[in-house]
Amino acid sequence: MITIVFGVFLLTLLLIVAIAIVREQDLFTAVTLMGIFSLLMAANFFVLDAADVALTEAAVGAGISTVLLLGALALTPGRERSIPKGRWLALVVVTLTTLVVVHATFGNPRLGDPGAPVHQHVAPWYLEQTPELIGIPNVVTAVLGSFRAYDTLGEVIVVLTAGIGVLFLLGLPGAVGERRREELALGRTYLSHHLVPQVVGRLLIPFILLFALYVQFHGEYGPGGGFQAGAIFASAIILYALIEGEREALTVISPRLLVWMMAGGALLYGGVGVVTMLLGGNFLDYSVLAEDPVKGQQWGIIVIELGVGITVAGVLLAIYHAFAARGR
Amino acid sequence: MSLATQLPALQVAVPLLTAPLLVLLRGPGLAWAAACAASVMAFVIAISLTASVMTTGAISYAMGGWPGPYGIVLEIDALGTLVLLLVTGASTAALLSGRASLGLDIDAGRQHLFYAAWLIVLAGLSGIAITGDAFNVFVFMEISSLATYILIAAGPDRRALTATFKYLIMGTIGATFYLIGVGLVYMMTGTLNFADMESRIADVSDQRPILVAAGFISVGLALKAAVFPLHLWLPGAYTYAPHVVTAFLAACSTKVAIYVLLRFDFFLFQDNLVGHTMQFAVFLVPLAILGILVGSAVAMVESNLKRLLAFSSVAQIGYILLGASFANEAGLTAAVAHMFNHALAKGALFLAVAAIAMRVNGLRLQDIAGIGRRMPLTTAALAVAGASLVGVPGTAGFVSKWLLLQAAFAQGALGIAAVVVVIASSLAAVFYVWRIVECAYFGNAQAPGDAAAVVTEAPLPMLLGLWLVVIANVYFGLAPELPVSLAESAAADLLRHVP
Repeated sequence: MITIVFGVFLLTLLLIVAIAIVREQDLFTAVTLMGIFSLLMAANFFVLDAADVALTEAAVGAGISTVLLLGALALTPGRERSIPKGRWLALVVVTLTTLVVVHATFGNPRLGDPGAPVHQHVAPWYLEQTPELIGIPNVVTAVLGSFRAYDTLGEVIVVLTAGIGVLFLLGLPGAVGERRREELALGRTYLSHHLVPQVVGRLLIPFILLFALYVQFHGEYGPGGGFQAGAIFASAIILYALIEGEREALTVISPRLLVWMMAGGALLYGGVGVVTMLLGGNFLDYSVLAEDPVKGQQWGIIVIELGVGITVAGVLLAIYHAFAARGR
Repeated sequence: MSLATQLPALQVAVPLLTAPLLVLLRGPGLAWAAACAASVMAFVIAISLTASVMTTGAISYAMGGWPGPYGIVLEIDALGTLVLLLVTGASTAALLSGRASLGLDIDAGRQHLFYAAWLIVLAGLSGIAITGDAFNVFVFMEISSLATYILIAAGPDRRALTATFKYLIMGTIGATFYLIGVGLVYMMTGTLNFADMESRIADVSDQRPILVAAGFISVGLALKAAVFPLHLWLPGAYTYAPHVVTAFLAACSTKVAIYVLLRFDFFLFQDNLVGHTMQFAVFLVPLAILGILVGSAVAMVESNLKRLLAFSSVAQIGYILLGASFANEAGLTAAVAHMFNHALAKGALFLAVAAIAMRVNGLRLQDIAGIGRRMPLTTAALAVAGASLVGVPGTAGFVSKWLLLQAAFAQGALGIAAVVVVIASSLAAVFYVWRIVECAYFGNAQAPGDAAAVVTEAPLPMLLGLWLVVIANVYFGLAPELPVSLAESAAADLLRHVP
């Protein structure tokens, strides 16, 4: 009952925020609202017991992507150009699409119905077999890291591709084209002149890094894993860059290292697949990694999660630096 | 476990894992060589997979050793191998011949990133062609789309960026629609594996979500496949992409989306939605015919060479869909064979355009006036590939157009209308191809003694690659057994899932 109340409350807020984002002309406000939207979404996922997804949404949606959007906003005008007419067709299409989706929901199984097809077919198998085959308590990690590891490799490549795209189009200071390094040396951001964020931020950074490591290596037991950890790690470094300036952040993790992180994480992941093939298994069949197949699975998951974390952190930081270098 | 059994995984893994290595490589030459090596290897694997599918039938491969539907299973059948051949072949031909052309478009410091993105596109499109899992299709669609945007944005013209943005928005809507559809199917069946979905979907009590899913999946994939009227992203993307990229993408990327569309439609929806054969034809035939007519008409008046060929692609996609909408063996064979043959013709044409663009400023028809005298080999290749696009007997294009006409004749009154449309648009193709050829051979260069005077033949690798594809056009026109037999077994495969 309480779940329903919470759910309705959150969904109503979500709807209000969504409409506000669409109607908002000021892009800065819209980006801030997007952050709120993601946070509400994360709360929603949490209410639905999807803690892993909630953590990702909070870290990526509310955290990093807000920062990246603000970084992009520094390069564009702050207000949306109003489009005078020609929107009625779009409105008709959107309305029709919505009606179609609503029509589909009439056939939905009830939320949380144990008899629903999704709870009857593959899901019970995962729940039953994970302790036996993988031996870790977090079934989500087992599905993501082993049963559907090929998809997850694909997702890592998607993240890497995003990084490649931003580097290709914008370039990284000091990595591609040696651009604006001297200018960067001058740039201490405005936050460095504010004492309170500086002191609080410096205090927070070690804890954020520690939490990132916890999320990374505790993903087999609790919610978390490479995607979330990479995003949290990146957010700590971005906070450092905001307080101390990009140059200092780039001395901590150099542009060259960032590129190595981007590619290295994906290679680490793919390398596990190659090793399993060389040991006689199928691609990403971790069972062959150790004498005991369950041990092998655990080793495999730990290594690929590390690869995910490294690539995600590298790409997010590279994107941030690419935008920040453009912004001044 | 022998190498042969690992080929399905290597098909995707080789380009997918070479890409991050390229990010680390410095030096454009090395990056190009590594990309070529990976692409050639992928092509060889595709040929070997085709050979084993043709002799022993479909292949499955359990990723991570987990059986379906719990893990992800790769399923490679005749249709999949045909698409694989297109994707890997187009990538290899374009990469091998395109180094010099790409060198003009992209500065050396960024080329390693470009080639990495290229391999990611290759891996993504191949991944879609061989997977047996609906969500896996989405993941690889994201991989290939995101990397495709990078390739297009690399175009030398700044308008490439706006074209990319348009494609990005449309492509993302397409992918999202596909995902909504897959989500609905998953909600009602509890599985993501194609084969498993097929066996469970019939038992679904309430068909409404499945019907809506069919709509979302079809519209999403139609966006990706540039089915008329959802083709608006295509002309800009093809026109402003680097020329060699256009050759690669025009040959295979829309076909991959059509492949997924056919797979969903015949494996899942036709059998299980009441009256779906009718719906397929009802929606598809008019769109296909309109696409053919509008694409051909615009191509007839368009003066930019690449845009002209892009609109011709819109018409050709119409042919493929027209064949498929007959939903019988003859029509599907024609459609699948046309996927193959159109890829050959359009790939060759865009490679010829890339060769011309290296020597001429601008790609309007008047810019290429008189090019036939200065670049005789390139222009001859352009003419032969154009003939294949028109469907002149003796070229690949003729084979599938003939199959399509035969299939249409068997359809009665509607078929006769289709025949009329196909013939009309072939005449239009004669017109627009002739415009190019006429301009190239008989046009007078506007400023004699100017830049045109120093125009020489394209570099040797480009010519070799171009002529290889052109010869393939003639070869598969005279000896069409391979594509036609693959298309026939693909059609039989698709129809086996329909009562």
